[in-house]
Amino acid sequence: MRLLRIVPDDTKFDFMRFRRISFPISAVLSIAAIMLYFFHGLNFGIDFVGGTLMEVQTKAGPADLARMRGTIAGLQLGDFQLQQFGAPNDVLIRISEQPGGDAAQQQAVQKVRDALGNDVEYRRVEVVGPSVSTELLSYGTIGLVLAIGAILIYLWFRFEWQFALGAMIANVHDLVLTVGFMSLTRIDFDLTSIAALLTILGYSLNDTVVIYDRIREMLRRYKRMPMPDLLNASINATLSRSIVTHLTVSLSLLALLLFGGQAIRSFTATMMFGVVLVGTYTSVFIASPILIYLGVGRTRQGEPEDTETEAPPTVPAAPSPPKPSSPRQRARSRR
Amino acid sequence: MLFFTRWKAAGILLTALIVCLFAVPNFFSESTVRTWPTWAQRHIVLGLDLQGGSSLLLEVDTNAVRKERLQGVADDVLRILRQNRVPFTGRAIHGNNVEVRITRESDVDNAVSKLGELSQPLSGIIGTAGQRSVDISETGGLITLTPSDAAIIERIRQAVDQSIQIIERRVNELGLVEPTIQREGASRILVQVPGLQDPSRLKEILGKTAKLDFRMVDESMTAEQAIGSHPPQDSEVLDGERGEKYLIEKRVLVSGADLVDAQPGFDQRGNEPIVNFRFNSTGARKFAEATQQNVGKPFAIVLDNKVISAPVIREPILGGQGQISGNFTVQSANDLAILLRAGALPAPLTVIEERTVGPGLGQDSINAGEHAAYVGAALVVVFMLVTYGLFGLFANIAVAINVAMIFGVLSLLSATLTLPGIAGIVLTVGIAVDSNVLIYERIREEVRAGRTAISAIDAGFSRALATILDSNITTFIAAAVLFYIGTGPVRGFAVTLGIGILTSLFTAFTLTRLIVAYWVRMWRPRTVPI
Repeated sequence: MRLLRIVPDDTKFDFMRFRRISFPISAVLSIAAIMLYFFHGLNFGIDFVGGTLMEVQTKAGPADLARMRGTIAGLQLGDFQLQQFGAPNDVLIRISEQPGGDAAQQQAVQKVRDALGNDVEYRRVEVVGPSVSTELLSYGTIGLVLAIGAILIYLWFRFEWQFALGAMIANVHDLVLTVGFMSLTRIDFDLTSIAALLTILGYSLNDTVVIYDRIREMLRRYKRMPMPDLLNASINATLSRSIVTHLTVSLSLLALLLFGGQAIRSFTATMMFGVVLVGTYTSVFIASPILIYLGVGRTRQGEPEDTETEAPPTVPAAPSPPKPSSPRQRARSRR
Repeated sequence: MLFFTRWKAAGILLTALIVCLFAVPNFFSESTVRTWPTWAQRHIVLGLDLQGGSSLLLEVDTNAVRKERLQGVADDVLRILRQNRVPFTGRAIHGNNVEVRITRESDVDNAVSKLGELSQPLSGIIGTAGQRSVDISETGGLITLTPSDAAIIERIRQAVDQSIQIIERRVNELGLVEPTIQREGASRILVQVPGLQDPSRLKEILGKTAKLDFRMVDESMTAEQAIGSHPPQDSEVLDGERGEKYLIEKRVLVSGADLVDAQPGFDQRGNEPIVNFRFNSTGARKFAEATQQNVGKPFAIVLDNKVISAPVIREPILGGQGQISGNFTVQSANDLAILLRAGALPAPLTVIEERTVGPGLGQDSINAGEHAAYVGAALVVVFMLVTYGLFGLFANIAVAINVAMIFGVLSLLSATLTLPGIAGIVLTVGIAVDSNVLIYERIREEVRAGRTAISAIDAGFSRALATILDSNITTFIAAAVLFYIGTGPVRGFAVTLGIGILTSLFTAFTLTRLIVAYWVRMWRPRTVPI
């Protein structure tokens, strides 16, 4: 049986040339994403702004949204949204946070329940009071910062600092673009979105680390190869794996997106964007080329385009080829 | 890399088998599993988002606890100074302090030393060594008593513990099945009731403190006069059920803590719902004494600072039994009886978060999750076969064992499976093959570099494993953080993702290698079909 070769065996694609295009593109996209965040905003879910979310299903026929809207408007509960959710008899009701603290939220739910009565089945009721929502938002933010910090320290420990920094820049870029995507599509930003962002962070790094691992290996093996060539060779060597892995992950995500139900649709959509679209692009076009700018291999010999060969010897962690003990070997002996 | 001693191979297979076997109880009905030995009964718990049910996060009113503590100190001051016949003026609560002015300067030292009994060293709690329950200071005859923060925190901790017990009793009295009630953080309690669709009644029951007191009605003036002028120092004006006002003595004759039983019933004359109650012996004695002394006077039954009824004592009540009549419906009489039996909460509770999922949505989510899992797995399996042939089959076997092991570990931990948790498993299928992909691609490369089959396989494994470890640890860190900050469904995702990473590391480092090693030994291949 002839096996599928997605990437031809002797692929020698010049990825490094694209850094003059990819860096400006990423910069523009990142700025656009940040602008979106500040001027378009995120569609914060009740987890973070408090309020009430009810998913109801009418028992007889499709839901009469206009009538329902009228009923709820009559309760005078401030801002509320009604939207169809999946099936035609499925309605999502979102009521903004009530003034008057935690107890007031509970009264609002009771009022809606009383008003809609027994004509509907209550599939889901979520009420988040003001004290919890503030806390969840700060937990989410702390969690993201904590994860980025922990991963940075781990990478610093396992590689040189340039690699850690490069991976961080690349993956924060992923997060920024994903947040821009969520702002653009008005996907509910709630606790599961934080979960999605953290997972995107994990996977993108996973991919970056695989390429970095190879770069480190090549740095040891080919001491005279110019940096851009070496990076190109490393990316090409891992390209097949990157593509195969991303295909399997996207197959899993596709199954979740199509069959996993409404409840996790925004979660999987975000992941699809972050992991599959952005993550792959970043590892190849951002995370690897950035190493050149961060000065990896600057002290190597035979680096023609590098004018700073006589870098001050105070740069401590830059890998110096003559030294036989590489971080990987040190790490091995520790194990 | 391809050599395993017989013992090592057996160890690996045995580990995988045992972990997989832990998943078995999930495939049998609960009644069947119950007949098995206890160690074999552990199984995965479905989250409320899958089985339906209601989750309430309650917060204990810490301000009330603080206030009550201050009032307690103020009462103690009164008692101690009276016992020792020390004249004083201006006993009052100011902010976080209780202040009292000693009238005669010669009494001050004596008063300070006598009040010193209130200041007990705190013990038994970490980090409070050397702290005292109340700090006492004195300037110019004015004694200030401040309950320390550590003491208040300890009080809050006790209040949460007591509340949990009382909530348990109330929930059980309501006849709800398999509730879980647990502490969350310093002042919160999470109540989860599977299968509960409308938590309105539960919230109502949990929202009542149910502090019941029997007190005398102060007849020295009418309630209206008291509102107009100043009420007597030891009395207060309380509302009745219909908004009417009563002037009630602050002194409690008997409190609800002395009740041993309360049952709903009907009064003998009409069909008015009532609550019958019975005191313990202390309560019965106190009640008997109080009613003997006050025949012909009205007393009040006060629930959560509201007067339920204020009947006149016609004759001494000696048997320690009585009945409360008010404007009860059958339901409210029943609820009050439940509350009285379960006891009073030490402080009011507020619902600060509610998440309820109906059974319909839960079942839909299970179906959707299963569906997605099958489709996802099928796509990945076919893709791997097409890409790597025989080695793809090896990878698929490893992934299948991997998923079985995830279920095994989840059962072993009695972990909660949520819909995002299922998503985590589906994603794990996607990345579990990544380890294999890394290894296989490396083998392909080594073959291209001109190595022989066995040497290429060996080199492929040894070079890929370091990369696999590095890349998985970053994802694991993300999962760990998510577990730490997440709640409910999100935590479920972190759990399956984290466990998935661990089991896929295990299969990559041992099982896949073992399978390939056996294949090499059996077939002695000259080329690698990859």
